[in-house]
Amino acid sequence: MNRPTERLYNGIIKENPTFVLMLGMCPTLAVTTSAMNGLGMGLTTMVILAMSNLMISMLRKFIPDGVRMPAFIVIVASFVTIVQFLLEGYLPSLYSSLGIYIPLIVVNCIILGRAEAYASKNPPIASLFDGIGMGLGFTIGLTSIGIVREVIGAGTIFGFQIMPSSYEPITIFILAPGAFLVLAMLTAIQNKVKMRAKEKGKETKIGSGCTGVCGSCPSGNDCGKRG
Amino acid sequence: MQELLMIGIGAAFINNVVLSQFLGLCPFLGVSKKMETAAGMGGAVIFVITISSFITGLIYQYLLEPMNVTYLQTIVFILVIAALVQFVEMFLKKVSPGLYKALGVYLPLITTNCAVLGVALLNVQNSYNLLEGVVNGFATAFGFTVSIILMAGIREKTEHNDVLPAFRGSPIVLLTACLMAIAFFGFSGLK
Repeated sequence: MNRPTERLYNGIIKENPTFVLMLGMCPTLAVTTSAMNGLGMGLTTMVILAMSNLMISMLRKFIPDGVRMPAFIVIVASFVTIVQFLLEGYLPSLYSSLGIYIPLIVVNCIILGRAEAYASKNPPIASLFDGIGMGLGFTIGLTSIGIVREVIGAGTIFGFQIMPSSYEPITIFILAPGAFLVLAMLTAIQNKVKMRAKEKGKETKIGSGCTGVCGSCPSGNDCGKRG
Repeated sequence: MQELLMIGIGAAFINNVVLSQFLGLCPFLGVSKKMETAAGMGGAVIFVITISSFITGLIYQYLLEPMNVTYLQTIVFILVIAALVQFVEMFLKKVSPGLYKALGVYLPLITTNCAVLGVALLNVQNSYNLLEGVVNGFATAFGFTVSIILMAGIREKTEHNDVLPAFRGSPIVLLTACLMAIAFFGFSGLK
């Protein structure tokens, strides 16, 4: 496999940010009230991630090591601001439904994580594809959670009625508690899969998305790397 | 006065920052294992968010707005918050070693807490004035502290419970959060 395809595969399957690395949980829970919102948020994050990875990788030789975090944050925040205005101009309905979570992409740990773990050490094209792969993985994660919540909570997918009209929607799934419930089920399933893999003697390893800041990491408690 | 009270109760309970807005989820899940650390984190968050909502409010009203560069808010806010956390850490170390010892470990973690930036942005979005912004910030952080301490209390109690193997670790914590979120729905009647 050549490098770009390998990066895409890595981001979508091997180190999927939502299901495997469990990064960026705040937007994952907050905006997945419908499949459309999940898709919109995922794609927005992908664009920002790809652009910031490309930019950081191109500048990696010029940014002094001591100030690299602030420099990354400024680059990411600039792209977030640009994308925010583009959304406001061209997709006002998505802009208003995502609301405050668009500027909050700045503090999404996936973006800074990838900047630190990949883009600051690798050439631009590979970093661009790394961003696209990770972004697509995130989009798939958000959209599928969104679909589950929308089907159970409203009986629709992307706004189209798919459940029979006799189905009474369980509204709590599109409200706040439903987000926690769906994520709990998801991580439980993942644990089950991991346990089965362990029984077969396969070690689960931690992806390169780990930024070393355990306190802010959602999988910090059951992470083998924790000291 | 009544308006401020409404903002406060709204931010602390009705729109609880963790359980209904999903901000600051990472520390909520990460440092809620023991009551003591949860209380420390809560204290540090109250401290930082209150100061940061004051300072970002000042900057927005007297710097960004007059200069017509409000589009820079995201960049400016995140840098201000990162610098502020560093500054608070140094200041506490010098002035109050006792408080520093209690909150010190949690301060660096707060930069990655999206609730801080979230409050600053919400203050602008709701066009709160300086006082309303600070009240909103304090109340939001108070709501965070209440929920993280409750969570830590529940986790201490359930730690030795016989949980299904697949649900050990984060799934059971998320289920607890789900039940807490349902309970906090009760506050929406206060509106």
